[in-house]
Amino acid sequence: MADESPQEIRAEALESILIEKGLLTAEAVDDVITRYSEQVGPMNGARLVARAWVDPQFKKQLLTDATSVVKSFGFEGGQVEKLVVVENTNKVHNAVVCTLCSCYPWAVLGLPPKWYKDPAYRSRIVMEPRQLLSEMGVRLGHHVDIQVWDSSAEIRYMVLPMRPSGTQHLKEEQLAELVTRDSMIGVEVLPGKPS
Amino acid sequence: MELQGLSAPPMANGEVVFDAPWQSRVFGMARALCEQGMFTWDEFREQLILQIETCGNDSDYQYFSHFFDALTILLEKKQLFSKAELMVLSDQFAARPHGHDHSH
Repeated sequence: MADESPQEIRAEALESILIEKGLLTAEAVDDVITRYSEQVGPMNGARLVARAWVDPQFKKQLLTDATSVVKSFGFEGGQVEKLVVVENTNKVHNAVVCTLCSCYPWAVLGLPPKWYKDPAYRSRIVMEPRQLLSEMGVRLGHHVDIQVWDSSAEIRYMVLPMRPSGTQHLKEEQLAELVTRDSMIGVEVLPGKPS
Repeated sequence: MELQGLSAPPMANGEVVFDAPWQSRVFGMARALCEQGMFTWDEFREQLILQIETCGNDSDYQYFSHFFDALTILLEKKQLFSKAELMVLSDQFAARPHGHDHSH
């Protein structure tokens, strides 16, 4: 077995101490990890997006009061005090960041990806969004405005990506499978399907 | 500033959230303690922001190290544990022979 890193050892020691003190159980920790990595995940957000693509009335609700919509879906997970969903169109591309730390709409998108917490992403998406998005594979025409939304403890943002071309025949469940986490952060444009 | 992972293929949706298992354990501990009412998530978040700000956005930026420090500082503030205990036990664990029965 490879040597453990000091950080690994300290984390293990902390868990032992907290368990010893009766503040925690290993099962509670396991439970959180499972919950956030499996049950609470980008699939929740994808379901909202797919429904919005097929149901104009739902889309209207989602864009005006996403917080209530999410409540009615009963997604498990913390951190959705107020959720705002912003729509990508041919004219506007939205992207989400938290410049302060790493606020993220966990209940709909699961755990944030590593790069979301990276200082490079947090500053560059604000300073030079077009360049950064292009490096991440999102090449936008100059006629497309970029709007960057800075999350906070009070308000979390999620992007409603554009429905890919060539998906008219797909059902809601099939559409949900096309929606990626990155497209709901606004750092990916969903590729069209050959029709 | 290093552009870690940013220029990676944009379709890499399955990017790992945690770099190492200890990071997911620390995350799990913080959430579980919060759910058991030891502190509120806002309290934790404020401590985390403080850690991140104190250390600055340097190239040694290690999100989960800050996360760990924020957790231990908050627990100490709440008088739920002391860092001295942590140091003692960490030293004991570090001195274990290789191949010990590792719990996770």
